[in-house]
Amino acid sequence: MITDRGEVPKGSAEIFFRKVKFWKGDEAEEAPPVFNVDGVNYIHVKVAGLLFVATTRVNISPSLVLELLQRIARVIKDYLGILNEDSLRKNFVLVYELLDEVIDFGYPQTTSTEVLKSYVFNEPIVVDSARIPPLGPAAMFMQGAKRMPGTAVTKSVVANEPGGRKRDEIFVDIIEKISVTFSSSGYILTSEVDGTIQMKSYLSGNPEIRLALNEDLSIGRSGGNSMYDYKSSAGGGIVILDDCNFHESVHLDNFDLDRTLTLVPPDGEFSVMNYRMTQEFKPPFRINALVEEAGSHKAEVIIKIRADFSTSVTANTVTVQMPVPKYTTRVSFELESGAIGQTTDFKENNKRLEWCLNKIVGGSEHTLRAKLTFSQESHGNLTKEAGPVNMNFTIPMYNASRLQVKYLQIAKKSKTYNPYRWVRYVTQANSYVARL
Amino acid sequence: MAPPPTSQQKSPSPSQPSGKSEVTDLKLQLRQLAGSCAPGADDSRRELFKKVISFMTVGVDVSAAFSEMVMCSATSDVVLKKMCYLYVCNYARSNPDLALLTINFLQKDCRDQDPMIRGLALRSLCSLRVANLVEYLVSPLTSGLRDSSSYVRMVAAIGVLKLYHISSSTCLDSDFPAMLKTFMLNDPDAQVVANCLSSLQEIWSLEAGNSEEVSREREALLSKQVVYYLLNRIREFNEWAQCLVLELASKYIPSDNNEIFDIMNLLEDRLQHANSAVVLATIKVFLYLTMSMTDVHQQVYERIKAPLLTLVSSGSTEQSHAVLGHLHLLVMRAPMLFSSDYKHFYCQYSEPSYVKKLKLEMLTAIANESNTYEIVTELCEYVASVDIPISRESIRAIGKIALQQYDVNAIVDRLLQFLEMEKDYVTAETLVLVKDLLRKYPQWSHDCIAVVGNISSKNVQEPKGKAALIWMLGEYSNDMLDAPYILEGLVENWEEEHAPEVRLHLLTAAMKCFFKRPPEAQKALGAALAAGLADSNQDVRDRALFYYRLLQSDVSVAERVVNPPKQAVSVFADTQSNEIKDRIFDEFNSLSVLYQKPAYMFTDKEHRGPFEFAEELGSLSLGASTEETVMPVQSYEANDNDLLLSTSEKEDSGGPINNDSAYSAPNYDAPTPLVSLVDTKVQSEADLLDLVLPTTTPSKVSSAFDDLLGLGAPSLPAPTLKLNPKAVLDPSGFQRKWGQLTTSLSKEFSVNPQGVAALVVPQSLLRHMQGHSIQCIASGGQPPNLKFFFFAQTDGESSPHPFFLVECLINTSSAKAQIKIKAEDPSLSEPFSALFQSALSALSPF
Repeated sequence: MITDRGEVPKGSAEIFFRKVKFWKGDEAEEAPPVFNVDGVNYIHVKVAGLLFVATTRVNISPSLVLELLQRIARVIKDYLGILNEDSLRKNFVLVYELLDEVIDFGYPQTTSTEVLKSYVFNEPIVVDSARIPPLGPAAMFMQGAKRMPGTAVTKSVVANEPGGRKRDEIFVDIIEKISVTFSSSGYILTSEVDGTIQMKSYLSGNPEIRLALNEDLSIGRSGGNSMYDYKSSAGGGIVILDDCNFHESVHLDNFDLDRTLTLVPPDGEFSVMNYRMTQEFKPPFRINALVEEAGSHKAEVIIKIRADFSTSVTANTVTVQMPVPKYTTRVSFELESGAIGQTTDFKENNKRLEWCLNKIVGGSEHTLRAKLTFSQESHGNLTKEAGPVNMNFTIPMYNASRLQVKYLQIAKKSKTYNPYRWVRYVTQANSYVARL
Repeated sequence: MAPPPTSQQKSPSPSQPSGKSEVTDLKLQLRQLAGSCAPGADDSRRELFKKVISFMTVGVDVSAAFSEMVMCSATSDVVLKKMCYLYVCNYARSNPDLALLTINFLQKDCRDQDPMIRGLALRSLCSLRVANLVEYLVSPLTSGLRDSSSYVRMVAAIGVLKLYHISSSTCLDSDFPAMLKTFMLNDPDAQVVANCLSSLQEIWSLEAGNSEEVSREREALLSKQVVYYLLNRIREFNEWAQCLVLELASKYIPSDNNEIFDIMNLLEDRLQHANSAVVLATIKVFLYLTMSMTDVHQQVYERIKAPLLTLVSSGSTEQSHAVLGHLHLLVMRAPMLFSSDYKHFYCQYSEPSYVKKLKLEMLTAIANESNTYEIVTELCEYVASVDIPISRESIRAIGKIALQQYDVNAIVDRLLQFLEMEKDYVTAETLVLVKDLLRKYPQWSHDCIAVVGNISSKNVQEPKGKAALIWMLGEYSNDMLDAPYILEGLVENWEEEHAPEVRLHLLTAAMKCFFKRPPEAQKALGAALAAGLADSNQDVRDRALFYYRLLQSDVSVAERVVNPPKQAVSVFADTQSNEIKDRIFDEFNSLSVLYQKPAYMFTDKEHRGPFEFAEELGSLSLGASTEETVMPVQSYEANDNDLLLSTSEKEDSGGPINNDSAYSAPNYDAPTPLVSLVDTKVQSEADLLDLVLPTTTPSKVSSAFDDLLGLGAPSLPAPTLKLNPKAVLDPSGFQRKWGQLTTSLSKEFSVNPQGVAALVVPQSLLRHMQGHSIQCIASGGQPPNLKFFFFAQTDGESSPHPFFLVECLINTSSAKAQIKIKAEDPSLSEPFSALFQSALSALSPF
C-alpha cells in the first residue's frame, strides 16, 4: 500500500481490506478498482493474486495511479523474477528501496527498471522456482491472471544466474486474447482479437533491435463507417488492425514503409505494441450445444466441440461451462468412449456444468452428454433458463489474427555475438461464448 | 516514504509478543557491531538492520534502538545507509529529540562525494518532517538545487515542497519558489524540470489568495512561454511527467486557432501511447482546446474513439475500467457519434459487474433508429443471464430505450415476453417498466393490459413490482375484468404487505377502481380505507385519512382529484442534472469521472487538485469551469472571443454546407461547455404526482401577476400571438428542429438595465420567460456573455401548433441582446419576435 504523504489515517490498510472483501455484502459483486471511504480514495490493482493499493485524498487521474501500480508490480517482478507473496515477504527491504525511488512525496519519479538499476542496491533473494515449469522454447506460458498473461521468464533482471555468466537472450511473445460470441444458430455475432507483443530482454549492452511484422499489415479500417464491415477482409490474407499503440521506446520511422519497429529494449518486461482487431477471423473452436426436454422432470444437454485448427497444434487446459436451470438437482454425465484427460462436474452451488479437457488436438471433435434431473417441472422454454456455453482455453503456437513477427534483428556487436531469441505465439480465450 | 508496502501487512495481535525482548536483544547486537571494522561486519549489520525493519513493518515499535541504529550508520555501505534512512524517517516524527541525533550525519552525507549518497541523505533529511529542524534544511536544499548531479537536483526539487509543508514561511522566505522557477525553465534534466513544476504548482495553489504576486506567479505557469517550453520538450519527459505537462496544457488558453492546431499536431502521436494515463491526458487537452470549435471538437471525438477502445481492451481489468469510465462520459455527451460502435459495448461473459453496468448505460444512450433492434436483441440475452443484478439492469435498459421512443412497438412485445419467463425478479422489473411505458404511451394499454391481467399478484413478491401492478389495476380497472376482485384480495392480505409503498398504491388503486366500477369496488375501498386508517405508517395513514375526508365532503370532487384524465408523460426527469454532468466533464481525467460525481461531492477543499479551488464561486454560476476561476480576466476575454467567433462562424457556414451534419444544431451535448441544459423538470414533476390538483398552472398565475403589476411591456403594442403555456419539446426534438429549420429572423436590441441586473442570476430569466410561455431548453455562458436557447409553441383552436426556436445571446456589459429565431411557420416569426422582445424587456430583478 502506498501512502506517501501521511495524509491518510492510520488503519487505512484495514479499512481497504474490509471493503474489498465484503463489497456490498450479500451480492457477490467485486469491488471496483477505485472507491472512496471517508474522503480517502483507494485505488488498487490485482497482480498475481496480490493487491497493490494506493491511497490519496486528491482528485487525481485514476488511470495514472492504476498504470503506476501496474508498473510498480512489473518493476518488482523484474527484480524478484517471480512475483508472489513469498518473494515479496523475503524481499521487503528491496521493495521499500524500489518504492523510494519510484515515488517521492506522492510524485512518480521513474518506473524504468533500467534507470532504477543505478539507484537500487539491495540484491534480490530469489525464491525457489521449482514449481514453475523450466525455461526454454517449449515452456508453457504462465497461467494465472487471465487478462495479462506473463511470460514464462522468471529470471530477475539483476540477480546473477547460478552458473555465473549471464545468458544473452530475448523473448518476444505474441499474446492474443480472443472474444467470440456465437448466436444460437452458430453465426458469429461479435468477434475481437486483443493482442499484445510482449518483450523481455536480457541482452547485455542494450543493442538496438528491429522487429518486422507482416508487410501487408494495415491499420485503421479505411472506408466504410462501420467497424464491423467485413467485406474488406473477404479476399487475401491481409491483416487489418483496427488500432494499435506502442511502447515509449518504439521508433516508428520505418513503420509506414515496411512495417518494422525499431527499438532499444529497456531491461525488464514490457509491451512493445498493443493491438485490436475486429476483422473476421476463423474461430479456433466451433461449439454446438443443445438442451432438450426428456420427460417432465428431465432434460438432456449435448455439447459438441470441434477444433478448427491444424493437427500440429494442441490446445490445452480447456474448460467448458454452462449454467443449467436453477431447479436442477442431479446431473449424470456421459463422455464419449475412450475419452482421456477429461473430467466433468456439476457445480451444485452455482448450478453449472463444467467439462475440462486437458488437451484438444487440432481437427478433433469431442462430445459431452449430460442428463439433468429437475426438482420441479420446467416451464416451457429451457433455453431461457440455461446457457450460454462459455469456453476457456489456451492454444500455444497459434494466433488468430495472423499477425506475425517476420524477423527479429539484433544490431551486432561482433561476429560471434548471436544471442538466443525466442518468438512465441499464444492465443487465449477472453470471452468465448455460444448462446443456446 | 511510506511504510507498509503491501496488503499482507499484519497488525500486531495481542497473542504476539510485543517484541520487547527482541528489541533489547537487537540493541545489544547493534551496539557490539557499531564500531567493528572486522571483515563481514557489514554483512552482519545488514542482517540486523533487516530484522529491525521487518519488526517496523509488522508494527512492532523498535524506536528504542534509535541511537544504536544511528551509531551503526556511520558506514560507507549504501545498502546499510538506505535501510538506516528508512528507519530514521519512520521514527523521526514521533521522536523529534532523537531526530536531532541524525541531523549531523545526514548533513555530512549531503556533502558526500557520491551523488547517490548526497541525494539519499537530502531526501531523508527533508522527510524527517520535524518542525524544529527546518533551519538545518535550507542550506543543504540550496546547494542540492545547484548540485552537478541531476539525481540530487531531482530530490532537492521535491525537497523544497516537503520543506514548504513543514514550514511554509521558511520555504518562502528563502526564496525557493523563484529558484524552482529558474530551474524549471533551464535545467537540462527533464525529471528535474518535472519535479520543479510539481512543487511549484502545489506551493502556489496553496498560497494563492495570500497575495497578488502569488496569483500572478500562478497564472504565469499557464503562460504561453511556460506551456510552450514544456510542450516542446514533451518527448524528453518520462510518461508520468508527460501526464503532468499535459494536465497543465489542458488549462492553457490559446490566443488563436493556429495555436490550437499547433498544439494538437505536436501532441497527435501521444494518442498512440500504450500508457492510458498519457492518452487520457492528451485527450483532455484536445477536448478542452477545441471546445469553441464545433466541427473540430467533433473530429476529436472521432479521432479518439479507436485509441480509447484499444485501451479498454488491452491492459488489466482495472486499467480498462478507468478508461471505460471516460468513454462512458464521452458517449453520454455525444451518443450519436458512437451509435455505429454499439457492438463494442456488448458485455463479455467474464467482465465484472461494474464494467457491465457501464456498458449497459452506454448501450442505452446510443440506441437510435438504426441500431435499436440489435441492441435490444442483445439486451434480451442478458435478461436471461444467470447474473441477476445484470439481468435487472438489462430490463431497465430496455425500458429506457423504449422510453426514448425508438421502435416502441417491437420493444413492448419483448417486454411482455419477459413476463412469461416466470422469474420473480424479471416479472417485478418488467412490471415497473410496463407501468412507466403506459404512462408515456397510453395507446399501448390494450396490448399490455391483456398480458398484465394474466399475472397473478401472488407471483410478484418485490414491493416495486407489486406496486406497479396495483397501479395498473387501479388505472385500467375498466379494461381488466376482475380488477376489483384482485384488489379486494390484496386488501384482505393488508397485514402481509409490509411495504408502505404497496399499501399506498393499494389505497389509490382502490379509490380509482371505485370511481370506475363503484358497486364492485366498494367493498375493496372500504376495507382499504379501514386498514389504512389503522396503519402504523404515517404516510399510509395520512393518505387514507385524506381520501376518507375527500369522499366525505364531495364524491365528485374526490373523483376529479384522484382520478382525473391522465396526460401522457413526455419526458421523465433525468436523475442527474446537466450542470453536474458538465462539471464532471470539466474534471475529465480525474476520479470524478469514475464516481460520476463532481469533486466537491467527495473531496475536502484543500485536496481538489492544484488548480481547483474557489468552489463557492463555481457552484453559484452556471457551469463555471475551474479554469475561469483561476484566471478570471484572461479567460473571460477568451470566452468573449470564442462565443462571438462561434456565432459568426455558425452564421457563415450555417446554410446548406453544414446541414447534413448531425452537429450543425446547437447541440446540448457537444461543444461549448458554456451551454448547460435546463431540465423541463417542472412539468414532468407535476405529471409524476398522481394526486396533483388540476388547477391553474403556476405559469399562468405568474403571468397574470405580471399583467396585474403592469410589467407586461408597456411600450410595445400587445402582441396578438397566443402561446401555449405548457409547450413541451424534448432536447433531441429541439435539436432536430434546429437542424432542419433555417433562421427566419435575427435581430439585435438593447435590454433594459434592470433586466441586466436581474441576469446576475441567470435562472431568473428562465423563470421569467416561462411566465411568458417561452421555455428555456439550454443555457450557459459566463458574464458578460450569456447564451440561452428557448422554444415556444402557438396555442389556440386551429391546429397544427407550430414551434418557435430561439437562440439568444445577451451581453450584460453592453446590455445588448442578439436573437436568432427559427420558426416552423416563418410568417409568425415577426409577431413572435415582438412578443419575445417584450417579454425580455419586462425582466427585472424583482
